[in-house]
This record gives sequence, structure tokens and C-alpha cells, in this order.
Amino acid sequence: MTSRRQFILAAIVLSLLACAPASWGQASDWKQIQPPPLHAFHPQLPKRIQLANGMVVFLQEDHELPLIRGTAQIRGGSRDEPAGKVGLVEIYGQAWRTGGTKQRTGDQLDDYLEARAAKVETSGGLDSTYVTWDCLKENLDDVFKIFLEVLREPEFREDKIVLAKNQLNTGISRRNDDPFSITFRESSKLVYGADSPYARVSEYATVASVAREDLVSWHHRYVHPNNIILGISGDFDSSAVEAMLHQAFDSWPKGPAPSKLQLSFHGPKPGIYFAEKSDVTASMVMMVDLGITRDNPDYYAIEVFNHFFGESMNSRLFSNIRSKKGLAYAVGGGVGAEYDHPGTLGLFLGTKSRTTAAAIDAFNEELDALKTNPSTPEELNKAKQAILNSFVFRFDSKDKILDARMDYEFYGYPADFLEKYRAGIEKVTQQDVDRVAQKYVHKDKLALLVVGKAADFDRPLSSFGPVTTLDITIPPPAGAQK
Amino acid sequence: MKNNRWHILLLASFLIGCTAFMGAQNLASFEKRITVKTLDNGLTVIVCERSEAPVFSFFTHVDVGSDREVPGITGLAHMFEHMAFKGTDKIGTNDYADEKGALENVERAYQAYDQERRREVGRDDKKLAELDKAWKDAMTLAQKYVVENQFGEIVEQNGGRGLNAFTTNEETGYHYSFPSNQVELWAYLESERFLHPVFREFYKEREVVHEERRLGESNPFERLFEQFMATAYVAHPYGQPVVGWPSDLESFSMTDAQAYYKKYYVPASMIVTLVGDVKADEVMPVIEKYFGRLPTGPKPEPLRTVEPPQNAERIVLIHETTQPIFIEGYHKPSARDKDDAVYAAVQDLMSNGRTSRLYRSLVRDKKIAAQTGGFNGFPGNKYPNMFVFYAISTPGHTPDENRDAVHAEIERLKNEDITDEELQMVKTRAKADLLRQLGDNEGLAYQLGFAQSLHGDWREIFRHVDEIEKVSKADIRRVANATFVESNRTVAMIESTQLATAPAAGKEPK
Repeated sequence: MTSRRQFILAAIVLSLLACAPASWGQASDWKQIQPPPLHAFHPQLPKRIQLANGMVVFLQEDHELPLIRGTAQIRGGSRDEPAGKVGLVEIYGQAWRTGGTKQRTGDQLDDYLEARAAKVETSGGLDSTYVTWDCLKENLDDVFKIFLEVLREPEFREDKIVLAKNQLNTGISRRNDDPFSITFRESSKLVYGADSPYARVSEYATVASVAREDLVSWHHRYVHPNNIILGISGDFDSSAVEAMLHQAFDSWPKGPAPSKLQLSFHGPKPGIYFAEKSDVTASMVMMVDLGITRDNPDYYAIEVFNHFFGESMNSRLFSNIRSKKGLAYAVGGGVGAEYDHPGTLGLFLGTKSRTTAAAIDAFNEELDALKTNPSTPEELNKAKQAILNSFVFRFDSKDKILDARMDYEFYGYPADFLEKYRAGIEKVTQQDVDRVAQKYVHKDKLALLVVGKAADFDRPLSSFGPVTTLDITIPPPAGAQK
Repeated sequence: MKNNRWHILLLASFLIGCTAFMGAQNLASFEKRITVKTLDNGLTVIVCERSEAPVFSFFTHVDVGSDREVPGITGLAHMFEHMAFKGTDKIGTNDYADEKGALENVERAYQAYDQERRREVGRDDKKLAELDKAWKDAMTLAQKYVVENQFGEIVEQNGGRGLNAFTTNEETGYHYSFPSNQVELWAYLESERFLHPVFREFYKEREVVHEERRLGESNPFERLFEQFMATAYVAHPYGQPVVGWPSDLESFSMTDAQAYYKKYYVPASMIVTLVGDVKADEVMPVIEKYFGRLPTGPKPEPLRTVEPPQNAERIVLIHETTQPIFIEGYHKPSARDKDDAVYAAVQDLMSNGRTSRLYRSLVRDKKIAAQTGGFNGFPGNKYPNMFVFYAISTPGHTPDENRDAVHAEIERLKNEDITDEELQMVKTRAKADLLRQLGDNEGLAYQLGFAQSLHGDWREIFRHVDEIEKVSKADIRRVANATFVESNRTVAMIESTQLATAPAAGKEPK
């Protein structure tokens, strides 16, 4: 029942760049240098196998180094955990491995693997959890056995759940120590809503409410072969590994498919938001709105727009706010795109407290300029060239190709999405870019967030409009005396 | 370059059946793929052929960082690194002939302003305001000639990725990656930026660098480390922040930056490493043609200042609302010392992963830290440096508790031999970790250039693993006893004025 479809897309062959013959005379100007054509390159695509129980496997042979790595990605992540138990998936992701298996404690696994310079690790993410391994070729049998034990027979011993909770509680206690973490946490809440699965954060109370039974039941609910995509890369022979996988997994029956999260997205309530951080010399300024998904037909025009607006070395934000005005070291922005939910549209900078308002003015200038001058032919051409000429870096290693292919499988994107991406960028016109700039970037719909020391600002934030002050106090643990 | 001895060793390794580490990726295989050449002007070029995909990465390592800075010009090496993105007489300008004069005017106006600004007695505020205006007007005039960020634009437009640079306490590095048909453009751009650098927008960029410093100041670790280093070093420039002190960032001039660049950016101090889908016999002539133009200069004499031995423990204590952090450091020899591998083994044993001694004591058993570790070679490698331990406490626990627990582990290291299993684990991991660094153009280019710069030979990457293989239990005790002593210690802690309350303990294991 094994389907042996080859990765369907036609091999990506790089088109020829400028084709003038190479000249080896010494150039005195970069314009005199004509690069020879880049030679044809056929990236090696991974082999896709689907087991009878639904598990999808990708095998990517890579014989450069005597190493073998594997990643099992399992559907279901923190966005699927109950609101009262935020942190569950992170605790699960740690205790899954550290809590050991039926046969061995986590500490015994550590000793066994480290003696072989090998790793088997687990982790929890937004939409999936992971079990990975990384070993020397000669240890594959030993390490794969451990990988299977962890995947199928975890024990979630209590002592390691306590440890995982210590890690989360430490993170909670320190989450206001650095203004970056405040800014990105609070801006996500503005974009998606404070209670949204895409923005909420764990609290002492939600961590305390997670019990071993929650981890066990999560495991039973999600870890089924039909929810798993397994990618293996490295120095192995595919037919031998295929045989190993059949032996390991063929008897594992299918389980129920997890339900899909259904959410609607409304974007931020426009306005000015402020969080006080009194022990800093610089303010963080962020303007945010909802972004898009990558299957949006506007994605390609957005990519071109992002390049010249806020992502490249000579982008408008970088050149005008950093290089010309000297207002910021870190500055950038663009319309973010995710695979299966809207990304974040964001403009970000850090500036000294006494130029906070000046920096907001500078952002506003750039947003206003988009109305009158959304793009120039030069910006469009340079951005497209930059994206297309660097296209090769999207698949310049076998692991990168495997990772991309696993993403497309996971999110239900076409296997040849990368090829579509290039064709999509090539087709972007000036009208497209101007249209998406008007369609997605609205100055009056943005939420402006400032984190900093208000007393040192050049002008009060209220000079821009009514200010909502955010309470970022960390709710103390239950029963704690103040 | 090739050395037949290695082929014999390779053969021998097959005969004894040791395959994992001696397969395709040992020193012998790199000997075949690496070409090193010193150009007539003293610049070293390393080319490593790796044809995974039609791309290449490079690093330019320059053997100077903030280590040659003195009070008044701290932050200048890093400042030059920023200027190396500002272009040349042909890149970044619409009329260099006129721009040159405009930049000279900026500098004259700045010098006049700065002289008045720093006058301690009898400063004339009215005159100062006029000079300030004259300087800013000159900058506005010069700005007319600037084609903004054109250097970066050319790189990106031609397919470059990851354009960036770094400055440390002892070296400066420049790097990016290109499709493999852009070797000549790369050789032109990378040599021109050092052959004809133009310090345009210098004083705007000085503001940008000061903003970079402020972002660092926002981070409690960086605040603590700055005080820690300034306390641990009383003489050696390792005690100075790479980014520079605020007063210096508000004072140093374009003239200062040019002088630093001219003195220290000589070809003999530069190593250019190229890794990727290139053929040495094809690219070496191109590199030679472009980089050979850099004018020869005397290699600067080695730094004179050596940190004197520390004679008493030093303590930095910061009271903040942020949660506690504990760090401590011990002076130790440079990475060129014969015991470097022993220190590397100590680092691995004490802090690599969940089997490490510090993790098992502080995190797993005592539950007083969420993270802990020790690292060898802070803040650099070239000069005698420090072995540093740190711990991030769990809620309700203090840096004092962390310190005591770290000290208990150090005492164990000094008084008891480590186990056979531990020693073997350290050695096995060293070999595997090396392998894991070899499959990436950018990482390889960095490693090769770094080793060449620090040790004069890229082969040190491989020899280091051989040295670790020779480390004995006695070596570890000897080095621990010589290094980890109270009088050689500097401690730095953030003590929280609002210590987080520990949540009620979860169910403890039966």
C-alpha cells in the first residue's frame, strides 16, 4: 500500500542570468562586471512515501557527512490547548522526552544518548509537536530505537513535569525584564486579541493547572501515524531505511484525525497603546495590523513590496529612518504571511527615549508616502531582481529542501509551491504592488504600541491621540503574599 | 598544500575499522579541497571547494577589534565596521569629486564644534550653537551626494544573501553569500570597500551605533556583563565594551576612524575565506587581481598590555527590578595555550546539556536555576581571557544560592577525578560536534578563517579535537585547581528589588 510518488514538481532548474561572456580584465566599476550564467542546478528532491496507516515519510539522502537526522512533526500545538491550561504544550514538549519512557527514565536516556554524541529531543510549537533525532550513522539502530520508545511509549514522570513547570514559571517571572519581549508579546495581543490562541501567554495559574493526566491525554489524542509527517535526512540508503520504517510502523493503527481550529480574525482596535518600562534608555515602537496567508494571490506582490518598503538593506524604512535620520539601529517592517492563519503586518524600531515621538513621526511620514508614491519602477525592478537572483538560497542544501517540502505537506500547499513562488514573483507588476500597498497598509487601522520610559519622551504620546495604558503586571501565583 | 602523511593515516583508519569520524570528512579530505595562498601584499586567501549547490559564502577576518582602542576612542573598531557598508568613491555617490570636498567640510566643522564642546573652562555657548549649526549644515550639503545604501543594494540585487558583519574584542568579520557566478563582482566589492572606503554619513551612523548601544542597555544581561568585564579587567582592553562608552560615541571623529582603519586594516592582518561551489584554480587569480591591489602596510606590533594577575576577589552587585542573574569569571590563558583543550573539556563536562554537572545539580536536583552553564573563552580567545559560569534562578531563588551550588561543583572538579564515562563522553562529543560544523558554507568559512587568524593554520579545527582526545583526568584537576580560586574570581550579580514569588511547589516525585 505504499505510494511511491516522486515529489511531483519538475526539478527546479535555474534560469540563466545575464549571459555576457566572463571577462577577466580588472573592472574599475561594478557595472563593467558581467557575470557568467549560473550553471544548471537540479536540486535533489526528497522521496515521499505514505504508509498504509497514513504516516507520510520523506527520505532525503545526503552522503556528505556520516550523520542521520530525523524529525517527526505531529499535528496539534499550543493553539489547540484549552485556555485554562495555556502552557500545556510547552510542558508536554519538555516532559515528553525528559520524563522518559516505559523502559527508561529521562536521565537514563540522557546518559545513553550522550555517550554516543546523539540527541533525541521533543518540543511543542504553535501548531505541532516534534520528536527529533540526530546521530552518527553508525548509531542509527540504537538511536532510532530510542526515538520509537519516546514517540510511542512516553512515561511523563512527575519529577520532570515539575522541572518543566519551573522553566515556564521562570519565563513568566522574567517576561518584563527585556523590552523586546514586552513589545512582541503585547503587539501580538493587539493584533489577534489578548485571548487568541495566537497571542495568549501562560500564567502561573495556567501552568499550575496542568497535570500529568493532561499530558497523557494530549498524547493519546494527537500521536497517531496519520497525524505524523516524518522527514529523515543524511547518510543512509533509502531502501534499508524504508524497510526499517515498515517494520517499526506498519502495525501501528490509524487514529482519529484532530479537529481543525476555526477562528475568525478581526485585527487590532486602532489607537495608541503604551507600556511603561522605567529602566531603559530606548523606546520600542511598533505599529501593527493583521497580515495575510501565503495562499493569498497577493502574496507575491506583498513579498516585492516588503523588500523595498522595510526588509532590505536599502529599503525605505532602513534608508530614511536609520541611515538618513540616524534615529534607529533596529528598524524594519512589512506585511507578514503565514501558511494557515494571517501573519502580522508590523513596523518596528528602537530609538532613544528623547526621539520617541520623532520616530513615530518618521513612521507616519513613510505611511503617508505610500499613499502618494506607493512604488517606483526602480524599486519594483530592484526588489524583483533581489528576490529572483537569490532564489537559489531557498534550496541550497538538502535539509532546506526537505524542510520546505515537509511544510508544504503539513499545510496542504502544492508540492511545487517554491516553483510557483518564483513564477509569481516574476509576474508582479507595478500596479500589483501599488494595489496591495493600498489594500493592506492603512495608517488609520494600525495599533501603535510604545514600550519605554514616558518621562523622557520628546513629546507626550497623547499629542498623537488618546492613549491606552497597558497593565503588564504579572499576576502573582495563587496564595502568594504580596 | 597536500601532505601524503594524511593519506597513510586515512588508509590506516580503514584498516582498524574506525569509520564514523574518518570517512569522507577528515583533515585529509579537507587538505584536498583547501588551497591557501598568501598574496604579495601579505593578505591570506583560503579557498575551500564544496559543490553542494551553485553558491558560495565568504568571511573576511581582520585581526583587529576593539582590542587596540584606548580611552576616548572606544567603539571605533565597530564604528569602522559600520562605515564599511557606506560605499566607495564609485559606490554610494552621485558625484564623488564634489562629495569629497563636502565631506572635508563636514570634518572641519565637526572638529571646530567638538573642540568648543569639550572646552572645560570658558566654553562659549553661543559660539557652540553656531558651530553646531555649521557642522549640521555641512552634513546636509554632503548628504546631497549620497546614493543611500548602494553597496548593500548591489549585493542584494545580484542575489547576495546574509550581508552582515561583526566586531568583537579582538577581531572584525565581514560576510555574505552569493550565487557562484558572482565571484568577480564579489572580489571587486569586497576589495573596494577596503581599498577606497568613503566615510560618508559618518556622524549619522555614529547616532545609529549609539542606538545600537541603547538596545544593548535595555537587556539586563548586557548591563551586567558590561560592569562585569569592566571590573574583571583593570588594564587589558577586554574590559572595554566593544560598542564603546557613551561619551566616546558622542566624541570620536571621522579622522579618528580613518587613522584606526589605516593603521590596522593592513593586508597582513586580513584573511579572506571562500567556501562553496568554486574551483580554486579559477577563483584564485580573480581574488589575487582584486585583493592584490590593497597597499602593503606594516603589520601592527602586538598589543603590549597584559592583564596583571588578580590578587583578590572582586564583586559587582546591581540592584534592579529585573529578576536575579549570577555570573562569575576566572582569568585563564589564551586559546593559544597548550591547556586550551583541557578548558574546552571542562566546559563540555560542566555545561553541555542535561548530562552536565551544573544542570544536574542546579536545575534537576536543587531546582534553584532554570539555566546554568560555564563557558571557556570570554570575551575572546586571542588574549588571556576568562572562564565564566552563569545561572538564571527559578522564581524565589537568589543568586547567592546559585553561587554556592556552582562553587560546590567547582570544588568537586578540583578534588575528585571525573569518571571514565564522563571523560569518554566529552571526547566522543568533541568529534561529533566537529562533524556537525562541516556541512555548511557559511559556518565553514567562519571556522576556517577564525582558526587561520587565531592559530595561523586552519588545520587547528581538526587538531583541537585531537588535543581533546589527549586530555586526562589529572589534567582536568590540575587546571581546575590552578584556575578556579577565590583570588582569581570576579562575581557579578543582579539582586532583584522585587524578587518573584515561587509558585506553590508541584507534586514532588515519590
